[in-house]
Amino acid sequence: MQLASERKEYLQELTKTIRRHIVKMTHHAGSGHPGGSLSATELLTDLFFEHMNVNPNEPDWEERDIFFLSKGHCTPVYYSVLAEKGFFPVEELMTFRDVDGRLHGHPCGEHIPGVDASSGSLGQGLSLANGVAMAAKLDGKPRRAYVMIGDGESQEGQVWEAAMTTAHFNLDNVCAIIDWNKIQLDDYVENIKGMKDFKAKWEAFGWHVIEIDGHNLEEVHSAFEQAKTVKGKPTAILAHTVKGKGISFMENTHKWHGLAPNDEELELALKELV
Amino acid sequence: MAVQKAPREGFSEALIRLGHQHEDLVVLDADCAKSNMTNFFKDQFPNRFFNVGISECDLVGTAAGLAIGGKIPFANAYANFLTGRAYDQMRISVCYSNNNVKIVGHNAGTSAAQEGATHLPLEDISLMRSLPRMTVIVPADSLEMEKAVEAAYYHEGPVYLRVGKLPVPIVTKKEDRFQIGKAIKYRDGNDVTLISTGIMLDETFKAAEALANKGIQADVLHIHTIKPIDVEAIATSAAKTKRVVTIEEHSIIGGLGSAVAEVLSEHCPVPLKRIGTQDRFGVSGKMHELLDFFELRAANITATAEKLVDSALIK
Ligand SMILES: Cc1ncc(C[n+]2csc(CCOP(=O)(O)OP(=O)(O)O)c2C)c(N)n1
Repeated sequence: MQLASERKEYLQELTKTIRRHIVKMTHHAGSGHPGGSLSATELLTDLFFEHMNVNPNEPDWEERDIFFLSKGHCTPVYYSVLAEKGFFPVEELMTFRDVDGRLHGHPCGEHIPGVDASSGSLGQGLSLANGVAMAAKLDGKPRRAYVMIGDGESQEGQVWEAAMTTAHFNLDNVCAIIDWNKIQLDDYVENIKGMKDFKAKWEAFGWHVIEIDGHNLEEVHSAFEQAKTVKGKPTAILAHTVKGKGISFMENTHKWHGLAPNDEELELALKELV
Repeated sequence: MAVQKAPREGFSEALIRLGHQHEDLVVLDADCAKSNMTNFFKDQFPNRFFNVGISECDLVGTAAGLAIGGKIPFANAYANFLTGRAYDQMRISVCYSNNNVKIVGHNAGTSAAQEGATHLPLEDISLMRSLPRMTVIVPADSLEMEKAVEAAYYHEGPVYLRVGKLPVPIVTKKEDRFQIGKAIKYRDGNDVTLISTGIMLDETFKAAEALANKGIQADVLHIHTIKPIDVEAIATSAAKTKRVVTIEEHSIIGGLGSAVAEVLSEHCPVPLKRIGTQDRFGVSGKMHELLDFFELRAANITATAEKLVDSALIK
């Protein structure tokens, strides 16, 4: 199913709202991770608003699809999407990282509606998705498991242990989204420990791979649609993205991986997001 | 007011100084070089620096290999991911093989601050202490950190060094003698023993002063080496004061409190209270908020020590 033009306009506006949340939340906390949140904005917005079978009024609904943010540091975008979707009040976003709040720096599976597992120690999400997918198959349920992984995160061995598991058990109800923004904490991924042929790696591990522009809502949308129709193997969406996307001075630099905007920078950022 | 400095700064400076003196010193990091300040070593010695990316298990194994190859590696990562994830590599490739690897756990304790529970290392000392052959060092401030880095380099065998990220007051003195395995006695008193480790020395000093104002004289012992622990210093002080309080920025399970309990029960059984984080995960918060949240302040130490002294008097 293609993305209808009025939905596209709606989502486009929504991604702007979410980007505003991202910079405001990190500004409020004085810390946090805008770069990898801004690169994942279109991906997570389209996923939660157009594909995930969830019910914000009943977060633990047994038939729901499940999402894991394996790159757990990108809570600014994750919490924003959950709040806009209705899992908790949008106003609560401005308690991000407060000592007396529940919106911790990294997601806590116990306390936040819509969050099923704690993450922040990179590399663990795909294994969780595999487990959920196995349980769904055992129960004969159509539930799907989604997981978002960073490209830097893919240096963790567990990602590849899990990738073998997904393919070996033919978990076609697993969809991995790789936010391929080419940058990790210290530098470009290529300068730290390069991925060589990243796409060929996923294919060699037995996955169906869809390569897209992760900021193009139409491409994002049809990738998720296609993933639902692939049978017999899991799907990896390799999404080319730009770290810091949408705010000129944050784009394509590791500087804004884990840095919060100050007052002035917030104002500049918000000006670019009207 | 004492000068404030981040322990990681002292760590980074000492590492570079040693790097100039010793060709065999090499440094590894796992994509946190900026945060761990190992990037300054990299700037000076690009050939002797390896950033292996977000791969903590690989980091520790590679460090063990470098040690086998004749180098003295310092392997750096955030304390929680390093000790949690690469525990087995430390157990087998480092400790059981007795390789001369220095494991450096960063972002220690409450200095992980707003990152929250996933990043707050409150169990690392416990894990490292359980490994045969591992020496565990938890310095009080940036100045002592510099001495600890040097001592770790010259020590033969595996060492775990705990390094905080955020500025804390420098409370130790240049002339204080740092020797692995030896406690430092900072104050003499007969009424209660305060034993602290790491950055809690600052709050412990304040507590000792507050207690003195109330007529309670505390013996203050600083344990920078949790393993091997200074049995003699602890037992001698406990025999004198008859009551002990331990203070650490770590879980009371498995850390300093546990280590001291083991010493006391075997050598000098006296009442002990352990101040530290309880059996729970952390939360997000500024470092000063977390110290309040976990009740790791001088006021908490003072109250605990007072109660211990009072209860002994009633008996
Ligand atoms: C196991 C583990 N090691 C190290 C870190 C510290 N860390 C947080 S984010 C990050 C870089 C992540 O890069 P990437 O996966 O590319 O994320 P993105 O660029 O999308 O933000 C690192 C090293 C961590 N959270 N977990």
